[in-house]
Amino acid sequence: MSLAHRIIPCLDTDGERVVKGVNFVGLRDAGDPVALAARYNAEGADELVVLDIAASRDRRPTFLETIRRVAAELAIPLTAGGGIRTLEDGRAVVRAGADKVTVNTAAVERPALISELSREFGTQAVVLAIDAKRSGHHWDVMVRGGRESASRDALEWARLAVAAGAGEILLTSVDRDGTQSGFDVALTAAISRAVTVPVIASGGAKSPEHFVEIFQEGAADAALAASIFHDEVQSIRTLKEFLAARGVEVRLPC
Amino acid sequence: MKVTILDYGAGNVPSVERALQRLGAESSRTSSPECISNAEAVLLPGVGHYAALVRALDERKLRAPLVDAIHRGVPFLGICLGLQVLFKSSAEASQLQGLNLLPGIVSALPPAVKLPHMGWNQLNAKRDSRLLAGIDAGAYFYFAHSYAVLDSNGTAAATCSHGAEFAAVIEQKNIHAVQFHPEKSGDPGARLLRNFLRIAA
Repeated sequence: MSLAHRIIPCLDTDGERVVKGVNFVGLRDAGDPVALAARYNAEGADELVVLDIAASRDRRPTFLETIRRVAAELAIPLTAGGGIRTLEDGRAVVRAGADKVTVNTAAVERPALISELSREFGTQAVVLAIDAKRSGHHWDVMVRGGRESASRDALEWARLAVAAGAGEILLTSVDRDGTQSGFDVALTAAISRAVTVPVIASGGAKSPEHFVEIFQEGAADAALAASIFHDEVQSIRTLKEFLAARGVEVRLPC
Repeated sequence: MKVTILDYGAGNVPSVERALQRLGAESSRTSSPECISNAEAVLLPGVGHYAALVRALDERKLRAPLVDAIHRGVPFLGICLGLQVLFKSSAEASQLQGLNLLPGIVSALPPAVKLPHMGWNQLNAKRDSRLLAGIDAGAYFYFAHSYAVLDSNGTAAATCSHGAEFAAVIEQKNIHAVQFHPEKSGDPGARLLRNFLRIAA
């Protein structure tokens, strides 16, 4: 008996509709966030992440309304983010019904944002998203939707962010994202061993074996995917049954 | 019977309200001492820092009416920080005093494991529990915390382990409390809330 490994579907939205990326470019519409949230809640998802990947200021009220409607469907935790730049942005997302706030580019530019959020909501509510891309023998932190290098070492940034109050790391491999060639085991294992907080692996998932691998070899505490769940390539229930049969501790829905 | 949710500004109040609504229960949120004094049942949710909860209780003059209500036998359910505040003090803010209604203190979970203890975990039943009635022994509940009551002096009906064994479900007369989040724990969480509503009715 121990803490179960979590399976987390992610809804990448334009604020209102779910879209999804292949290497962060070429977005296409994949549906209604509220309907998907209800489906994942019923299928045994352990949490849900909703991101506003457009993160434009004028569409923010629309995104907050999406969070409200998604939260109303859920009896599991909800993480929301995308374009969170200030404590006030974080408050708005929590007030709309998110249990956790995820921050990315703005935290790289101003790490104090992490402390501000964790002081107000607790470290358990602050998820630092890191988009990492291999560069020689290390991984670079990428910002602005994975397009731009922050010229910063991902391991070093992860440690700093945890010291500042991040309670969890949502780690996306920019190299693997959208490729469906498997999670980045080396990256995830390196970050997971470098920090004391849980790490959610993201980017590259397709087969159930990819999930076994990231939990057993990548030391991930949770694994996140989008398109394979949205497109019903993989059902959460059968994935979890597969993991349980392979000796990975998961919460099986009744 | 109406459940009065003590709203000190914690993030999980709306999800607790929604969870109660799904069960068809009537609830209202309040931060007024009078409403706590008149409550038929009190629910204290909580996430975040222990100090924020204790300071809010004192600044809003909620400590005395809450303690009085619990002493009078009003059914009480504490969630997460709402469990921790029942004890004498917490290592998270050792200069502050908790409600001191139960013997024991809140300590940090040991750093040998990943913290916060975040995610779904199972319980060890210690004795018969009204809150857990009808819930499968292997059910998972959602936890998100770094501090816990490691020695509850016999008040725990169930414990959980993450680096150390800690109190997960407290039942002591009219005092009920859980370290996890039933409002985020799917069907078993809903069942636990329904059990509390029945106990309180």
